[in-house]
Amino acid sequence: MDFNFTDEQTMVRDSLNRLVRENYDFETRRAAIESESGWRPEIWAQLAELGLLGMPFSEADGGFGGGAIDSLIVMEEFGKGLVVEPFVPTVVCAGGFFKHAGTDAQKAEHIGGIVDGSRIYAFAYAEPRGRYDLADLETTAKRDGDGYVLNGHKAVVIGAPWASHLVVTARTSGERRDRDGISVFVVDKSAKGIVTRDYPTVDGRRASEIYFENVAVPAEALIGEEGKALPLIGLVTDEAIAALCAEACGAMKVAHEMTVEYSRQRKQFGTPIGKFQVLQHRMVDMFTEYEQSVSMAYLATLKLGEDSRDRKLAVAAAKVRIGQAAHHIGQEAIQIHGGMGMTDELAIGHYFKRLTVFDSEFGNVDHHMKRHVALSSS
Amino acid sequence: MNLEFSPEEQAFRKEVRAFIEENYPKQASADSLRDDMSAEELVAWHKILGKKGWSVPAWPEQYGGTGWTPTQRYIWGEENARVNAIMPLPFGTSMVGPVIYTFGNEAQKEQHLPGIRSGNVWWCQGYSEPGAGSDLASLKTTAVRDGDHYVINGQKTWTTLAQHADWGFFLCRTDPDAAKPQEGISFILVDMKTPGIEVRPIKLIDGGYEVNETWLTDVRVPVENLIGEENKGWTYAKFLLAHERSGIAGVARSKRGIEQLRDIAKSEVLDGKPLIEDFDFARKVSQLEIDLAALEITELRTLAGEQAGRGPGPESSILKIKGTEIQQRLTELALEAVGHYGTPYYRAVADAGSNEYPIGPDYAQHSAGSYFNMRKTSIYGGSNEIQRNIITKMILGL
Ligand SMILES: Cc1cc2nc3c(=O)[nH]c(=O)nc-3n(C[C@H](O)[C@H](O)[C@H](O)COP(=O)(O)OP(=O)(O)OC[C@H]3O[C@@H](n4cnc5c(N)ncnc54)[C@H](O)[C@@H]3O)c2cc1C
Repeated sequence: MDFNFTDEQTMVRDSLNRLVRENYDFETRRAAIESESGWRPEIWAQLAELGLLGMPFSEADGGFGGGAIDSLIVMEEFGKGLVVEPFVPTVVCAGGFFKHAGTDAQKAEHIGGIVDGSRIYAFAYAEPRGRYDLADLETTAKRDGDGYVLNGHKAVVIGAPWASHLVVTARTSGERRDRDGISVFVVDKSAKGIVTRDYPTVDGRRASEIYFENVAVPAEALIGEEGKALPLIGLVTDEAIAALCAEACGAMKVAHEMTVEYSRQRKQFGTPIGKFQVLQHRMVDMFTEYEQSVSMAYLATLKLGEDSRDRKLAVAAAKVRIGQAAHHIGQEAIQIHGGMGMTDELAIGHYFKRLTVFDSEFGNVDHHMKRHVALSSS
Repeated sequence: MNLEFSPEEQAFRKEVRAFIEENYPKQASADSLRDDMSAEELVAWHKILGKKGWSVPAWPEQYGGTGWTPTQRYIWGEENARVNAIMPLPFGTSMVGPVIYTFGNEAQKEQHLPGIRSGNVWWCQGYSEPGAGSDLASLKTTAVRDGDHYVINGQKTWTTLAQHADWGFFLCRTDPDAAKPQEGISFILVDMKTPGIEVRPIKLIDGGYEVNETWLTDVRVPVENLIGEENKGWTYAKFLLAHERSGIAGVARSKRGIEQLRDIAKSEVLDGKPLIEDFDFARKVSQLEIDLAALEITELRTLAGEQAGRGPGPESSILKIKGTEIQQRLTELALEAVGHYGTPYYRAVADAGSNEYPIGPDYAQHSAGSYFNMRKTSIYGGSNEIQRNIITKMILGL
């Protein structure tokens, strides 16, 4: 058993930590998310330069030979600084699809574009009536000559306004919610027939509603096997969940630290409020929730390579546990900050909002609890 | 013991329901009171009620109250919640109004009570300061006597909707040398148009502007605006806080909220079925309903006590704690129900062209904002920790 990072991983973590602290302070972030584009392409370029965008890919695929633990490290640091740049959609999701199922040509083109920072991807999987069921798809892809024609509506696609390409799940055969008949495509976002409505999200990112109106794509747009993509989608979303769990841990750590620090500074009744035992115990509970969450993020990440039942159980468990902790820590952080916690000015409210949205990404607590129940009783 | 409403009470319900149905201004109807509503929208119902003589039911009849029993007032609240009515704001009707008719002089009653009843005068509450929140008695804003005036200097904060206010009631320190911080505070009415007052908006986490910083620099206020005796303001302030707390349970509104939550959960789909048929979700809604039932009966017991002449005691702290927990949980579940569509920041897209594609269902639009905003309820009106301290001291005797 070994819970240590390698020297190299520690170095990455330290340099990223420095980058976020020095170049991603709260006011700089605020200016960026309120700007027209809503993000900082120069940060993305810096990540590419540091080699962080290539870490989770094998050397054969054009990466630097790391894996999920590297994504965990990156996302935990991102969580600390509420970094909005689309590492999960681009590197973990799109990158994951190409890594696991891409043809050599797809790998060369897409992984190459991810690693050098020239391409941004968004993962268009959710639909207005599908909730968290990855198979509940109304978007269709119909065979047309050599290629396919896509029709449908994808909901709340995170990072899409910044993306050059979309990875899209669609039904190539069967009925809505059938486990079979699902395929994955990569599409240039400027393709004819794609209509987007972009908007900011409550946690400072950007997203789009995306409408596919007879979008013609070539046969090479298909990733993996036609109609058999659900297990692949399940694997990639589990990897994304593990990365998001790490991000939530980073955000919870800072939210907790900020709260403890605030309770030291804030005086009422002639004493720092941190001296009130009721608040002390509640901050202890927040800390405990955080530590439990870190453990679950590790568990999920370390099980990603395992056979699928173990992996699914661990990821579902992590998403449940960390979803609960994220609510708990977010709410308590605001409460202990009093009125100041309610202000847009303080960073703490923004951590609270990010932690709130985290729960709804790739399935909330209830969704993964059901998944856990189903898996553990099968 | 019996839970039935009497025939008279049922007749009363019919009467007020008919009145509301006929007179409630449709354009003011809303899921919740929001800061992006215009001042006119916020007081529209208040003004209609003022004309009818129903804007301040709880006041003594001689000052314009309706003489309704607490039970009738409860029915009144329920019937208004049915249409999500925006009720008269509390600052005039349930805070400063009762202070003025209880402790004010005749001239003050004449000057201020009519405007509070009619809704023509908007009041704000200037209690909290940056350094004085839960520990309100540590407030530093000073009022120094200068001839016929007090000269007020200091900073108030969290002043709700002060951007619309005509008048404010302020707690100011008039005796800095008093033996205890609670002594030496005075309760002063201030015309918000007086030179030297600056109201600066504070943006909250939901993106709204419902609170403000209120800066007072050499604000000259006539001494006639002092309520009661100089240095006795704490007594009046505490009286007011007890009033503020009693309405805070919000049972009727939460009942309505649960209905709306069920409606949302009927529209949302999980696994091809309405979300409300999902046991995990339905169970949480039922839990909330059960908690609300307990709160409702607790409030009715408190009301019955009031009807029998016992004032709202420290038990009202229970109503504040449970009432706000339920309100918060309600918004949390509504946000959970809408799934992905809780994520868009609708406030930033509301102005976009109407011919664009919509983003999510209508009912999702305020879900995240309301959840974020409602965190305030366990902080203001005496935080829930402070309420627990009150119960510890006053009821448990510890
Ligand atoms: C949206 C909003 C609207 C408001 N509107 C108004 C208004 O119109 N007018 C007005 O005057 N004020 C208003 N307030 C202010 C409100 O009354 C204060 O926020 C409240 O009194 C808490 O004070 P504080 O924010 O300074 O928090 P603090 O007092 O600093 O409290 C911080 C934390 O410490 C806890 N704490 C403090 N003391 C103790 C203790 N002894 N034991 C255990 N825990 C403790 C608190 O419960 C809280 O969790 C409003 C506040 C908000 C958020």
